[in-house]
Amino acid sequence: MGRRVAVVGVGMTENKSHWDCSMPALYRLAVTRALADCGLTHRDIQAISFGHSPEYFEGINHPEKWLAEACGGYLKPVFRIHTGGTVGGSAAIGGYYLVASGMFDVVMAVSGNKLNETASAQIGLGTVYDPIIGRQFNTGAPSAVALQSLRYMSKYGYDEDYGIRAAVQNRQNAMNNPYAQLKIPGYNFEMAKSTPMLCYPLRLADMCPTSDAACAMIFVAEDRVKKITDRPAWVKGTAAVSAGVYYADRDWAVPIELRKAAEIAYKQAGIKDPLKELDVIELYNAFSWQELVWYEGIKLCDWGEGGRLFDKGITAMTGSLPSNPSGGVLCANSIGAAAMFRKAEAALQVMGKAGARQVQGAKLSLGHGWGGAIQFHTIMIFGSEK
Amino acid sequence: MSEIIKSVKRTNYVPYRWVYGRDLSRFFLETKNHKKLYGVRCTKCKKVLVPPVEVCGVCFAPTDKQWIPVSDHGVLNTYTVVNLSFPGQPTNPPYAYGLVQLDGTDNLFSHLLGEVKFEKIKPNMRVQAVWNPEPKGDLFDIKYFKPEEK
Repeated sequence: MGRRVAVVGVGMTENKSHWDCSMPALYRLAVTRALADCGLTHRDIQAISFGHSPEYFEGINHPEKWLAEACGGYLKPVFRIHTGGTVGGSAAIGGYYLVASGMFDVVMAVSGNKLNETASAQIGLGTVYDPIIGRQFNTGAPSAVALQSLRYMSKYGYDEDYGIRAAVQNRQNAMNNPYAQLKIPGYNFEMAKSTPMLCYPLRLADMCPTSDAACAMIFVAEDRVKKITDRPAWVKGTAAVSAGVYYADRDWAVPIELRKAAEIAYKQAGIKDPLKELDVIELYNAFSWQELVWYEGIKLCDWGEGGRLFDKGITAMTGSLPSNPSGGVLCANSIGAAAMFRKAEAALQVMGKAGARQVQGAKLSLGHGWGGAIQFHTIMIFGSEK
Repeated sequence: MSEIIKSVKRTNYVPYRWVYGRDLSRFFLETKNHKKLYGVRCTKCKKVLVPPVEVCGVCFAPTDKQWIPVSDHGVLNTYTVVNLSFPGQPTNPPYAYGLVQLDGTDNLFSHLLGEVKFEKIKPNMRVQAVWNPEPKGDLFDIKYFKPEEK
C-alpha cells in the first residue's frame, strides 16, 4: 500500500448554477477552502492531481491548461486524470498515490465541472457511447441507467416504488447539507411519484440535478500529519476497477466491477463485515435505483437483497449504517466533482467535521464513485484512527 | 441598476468519420448484402460475441478466425421507453430500445423495438429482427426488433 497517508483538508463549493462565477474561479474556491480548512497555503502544495470530466460538457478541450493556475499549479507538477463520472474518485486516488509512493509529501486533488455552461449535459453524455454501435438510441446517462434499473427490477421482482423511496430518503438527507442543490422542504413520496416518466422506469424524481461544482482534498504523508491537524482522515483502503461494455455474460444489474473494488479496498482496510464495521457510506447514486444496486456491489448484502436491506431502515440517518447523509448525487451532480464529493464527505465524517449531516461517532467510512456504462468504480475507505 | 455582462455564447462544430476496422467492415457487409448476422467464438472461454471482435475482452484471448452465423431472433434482456428529448438527440422520442440476447450468443446487442405498444413490452419476451429493405452497411440495416411471430 505504500506510505500511510491522511486527508487533512477538504474544500467544497456549493452545487448550483454558478452564473456569477467562472470555471477558474470555481476551482479556486474549492482549492482555497481546502487550504483554509487545514491552515496550509498554496506554497505547501507540491503537486496537483487534477480531475475534469469529458471536454464536451463545457466545450473546453484540455481544461487543465486553463485551470492549472487557478489550482495553485504555477511551476508545479499538474497531472490530469479523466475517467468519466468516476473522475473525482480517480483524481482523489491519484492524489493519494502520489503521496503513498513517496514522491511527494503534500498533494492537492481537485475536480469539478460546470454542467450549466452547455445547452444540455446530455449532448455531451450522448457522445460517450460507442459511435458505431450504441450511440444511435441513447439518451445521455438516463437511458443506460434505465436499462440497469429495469433489469434490476425485473430480475428480483421489485416494484417501481423502491426507486422512489430511495430518492425520497436522499432528498430528505440533503436538507442537512449546505452544499447540496436539490433541497425541497417537505419532500415526500407523493411528490416524487407524481413527477413525469422520462425514461421508463425512471421518473424525474429518480434522476439527479444538473450542477456546477468543484471539490478539493489535501493528501499528506504520515510524518507531516500531526503538525497540520489533530483530526485527519486516514486512508485505509483504495480501489479503482473497470470493465467493458459488450463482454460475455454481462448482467447490468450485477456490478461485478464494484464488487471487486470493494473486496480490494476491504482487504486493505482489514474489513470483514462491512455492514457491521462501516459507520457511514457515501454512494454515487446519480439515479435512485443505483442506491440499492450499489449496496449489493459493496457487499452490504447478497445480490438481489439491496431493496430488502433498504426496507429494514439500516441505511436511513436513524439506522446503524447511514447512506449518503449528504443527500448523495441524487441531490447534487456536477459529474466532475461528484465522485470526489463522495470521498470528501466520507473523510469529513471520520474527521467529525460534517456539520448537521454528521453521523455521531463515525470512525470508519466509505466513499464510492461510478462512471461509464455502469462499469467504472472507485472506492476509498477512511478511518479516524491510523 | 448598472449594466452587467455575464457570459459569451459560442458553438463548437467538429465533423468526424469513424473507421469500422476489419471485423465491423465484414459484419456490416454481411448485413447489407445478405441480411445475416455473424458472431465469433473466444478461443479460451468459448463464448460467442456479436458483433465479432478480434479479442475477447474478458480473456484477452484471440477469437476464432471462423465466424459463426447467428440467429436474428433472441430474448429481450432489458429495455427502456425514452420520452426525454434534448438537442442533438439522434432519434426523436418517444421510442423504445433494449438489449437483446440473440440465440446462440453470450453478450447483449442493443437496438430499437418496433411494431409493439410500449406497455406490451416485457423483459424476457422473444423478439426478432425486422430488416431494412434499403440496407446501407450500418446498424440500421436492421430497422428494429419486434415481438417474435408465433
